[in-house]
Amino acid sequence: MKSEWLSEIWRFRELLYFLAWRDVKVRYKQAALGVAWAILQPLLTMIIFTVFFGRLAGVSGNGIPYPLAAFCALVPWTYFAATLSQAGNSLLANTNLITKVYFPRVLLPASVALGGLLDFLISASFLGGMMVYYRVRPSWALLLYPLFVLATMILVVGVSMLLAALNVRFRDVKYAIPFLIQIWFFVTPIIYPASFIPKRLQPILAFNPMSGIVEGFRASLFPGQGFNMPLIATSLGITAALFVTGAIVFRNTERTFADII
Amino acid sequence: MNDSITVEGLSKKYEIGTQVKETMLRERIVNLFASPFRKKAPTETIWALRDVSFRVREGEVLGIIGRNGAGKSSLLKILSKITFPTEGRFKVNGRVASLLEVGTGFHEELTGRENIFLNGSILGMKRKEVEARLDAIINFSGVERFIDTPIKRYSSGMRLRLGFAVAAHLDPDILIVDEVLAVGDAGFQKKCLSAMEGLRSGGRTVLFVSHNMAAVENLCSRAIWIDNGRVRQDGPARETIAAYMETFADALRSSRDLSQVEGRRGSGEIRYTGLEFLSPDGDRKTVTRSGDSLVLRFHYLASAPVNYPSFGLRLTTELGTLLTDTSTWHHGVSMPEIPPGAGYLDLEIDMLNLMPARYVLSLWLTGPGGHLFDCLEHSVSLDIEPANIYQSGKTLDSRFGVVFFPQRWNLHGLNVENAASFSAPPSLPEASKNVAQEKV
Repeated sequence: MKSEWLSEIWRFRELLYFLAWRDVKVRYKQAALGVAWAILQPLLTMIIFTVFFGRLAGVSGNGIPYPLAAFCALVPWTYFAATLSQAGNSLLANTNLITKVYFPRVLLPASVALGGLLDFLISASFLGGMMVYYRVRPSWALLLYPLFVLATMILVVGVSMLLAALNVRFRDVKYAIPFLIQIWFFVTPIIYPASFIPKRLQPILAFNPMSGIVEGFRASLFPGQGFNMPLIATSLGITAALFVTGAIVFRNTERTFADII
Repeated sequence: MNDSITVEGLSKKYEIGTQVKETMLRERIVNLFASPFRKKAPTETIWALRDVSFRVREGEVLGIIGRNGAGKSSLLKILSKITFPTEGRFKVNGRVASLLEVGTGFHEELTGRENIFLNGSILGMKRKEVEARLDAIINFSGVERFIDTPIKRYSSGMRLRLGFAVAAHLDPDILIVDEVLAVGDAGFQKKCLSAMEGLRSGGRTVLFVSHNMAAVENLCSRAIWIDNGRVRQDGPARETIAAYMETFADALRSSRDLSQVEGRRGSGEIRYTGLEFLSPDGDRKTVTRSGDSLVLRFHYLASAPVNYPSFGLRLTTELGTLLTDTSTWHHGVSMPEIPPGAGYLDLEIDMLNLMPARYVLSLWLTGPGGHLFDCLEHSVSLDIEPANIYQSGKTLDSRFGVVFFPQRWNLHGLNVENAASFSAPPSLPEASKNVAQEKV
């Protein structure tokens, strides 16, 4: 049964690209700032937090300049948050498609994840520029960067499937998503280093899969950090579990979408 | 020949609760705690489809008719895999394209051209296929001038044309069409129907849901009538359509009780008591269509012996234009005496050459010297329903006149080589004759 589901998705892969292309095209068509927005959002966030946390609270970036450490984490976070909020709502936003045409519904949240990669790429390029400015020399660990991009994608698609499926059934999930993202932002070590959290509370941090992923991003760019293997391993494990859970929930409720949407 | 579509025992249930189903997560959580204390609200079950079974052969064009809410759309949605059946199963052989709504997937901000690709992809075409047909699609749609403008600037008619243009070039094995032709002007409907005609001759299977009976009759060799979720009739299109339309007629229309009509003139020794509309076989005719044969049965009651009466009928339009005035006298029928008592006589009309509209009948009974026995003016109405009078699938109404004649166009004098191909596709009776012969 599962393989049938996957082969259907493969058969419709062109539609996946089209939906992603549609989202990107529409986003940039009438936007004056357009491409710049992909950079501005994490950049402004970083600046604000640098001023308040970096200077005032005296939070250090563990040997890395604070702005850089923060921005490095903000790049994947912005992708994650934007994708989650759009993908979580993707089924409801495409009601007319779901009730009229047949295609694997999972393409809707998946295409959002795919389309968001463009913005990710743009802001990551800017990050590269910042690294040059701060004269940071990356090591072989840089090769692991794409791995963590993949991990982020898997996580966001997994959680999106779960939220999107729930959203069709329970309409107030839509309002819970921004709230969820906000909380998630603060429990992930983005604007503070992981070491900021007291040792005995570290295991709780590990429950948040984004913690390990963000730390992984940092470690791949700034080799002096070292890889916090237990944290990263736990996060990847939870990511996989969330993905599978999301897929199962989605697949099981898919039959009823057209009826209850 | 293989079966293109097989449907077995398909059923679809919807639950309608008297209590609004919790659509909010917080309600669900509250209910989880409160439910032990609350009585379970009764839920009503609606079976949109109940035990529907049929088979469609490759290349067959099947019409699906029925009232609104009968379950036709639910059936199509299940066959299109948009929703799942509660019971039963079905099998489709080949690629399916469904047109449940035209312009599905159009995005406002994208141009017409971009939307062709998007729409095509959503309907299952690969990018290469869309590219190959791009020019043909743009031509068919008739919106070449605006093809690079965002769809949000299009009128609804333009959207429809573009959407159907894409769908018409889909090239699927099975095409499912749900009443998309209800929208759109006459010119466009003609285009769509001929596109579907092209599909039929291409050997594709088509499932066609429509309320346009003339189109169904012209395109489909077979029709299924869905009533209250069940298959009520499955057979040759013409018969199924006729059976379906019978249910629309008012039961009263098949006969008129004329015994108590007020405002009648005449001495009354012999009077009309009723008027029946019958088919040539003698059965009650509840629906009369353009071109039908009709028998009018005039019931009378004579209270005294009557000599040389003449039974007559005047037919006028609703506005009062006299169409025909006919009577037994006109036909030279001579009845020396009619004894007291009840009886009837039949007026057998071979072909009602009237366009669909409402007509008014006046009945009169006269005797020698112009003596008036009974006169009922404008007392009976007759609704004539549309029919496929020129075998072209066009619904022709009173805009095109009051009468029509059996006719055909002969193009031999045209100064072109292939004049014969200009004629409409072979009319359906021939096509179904061929099918019947094949079966034997």
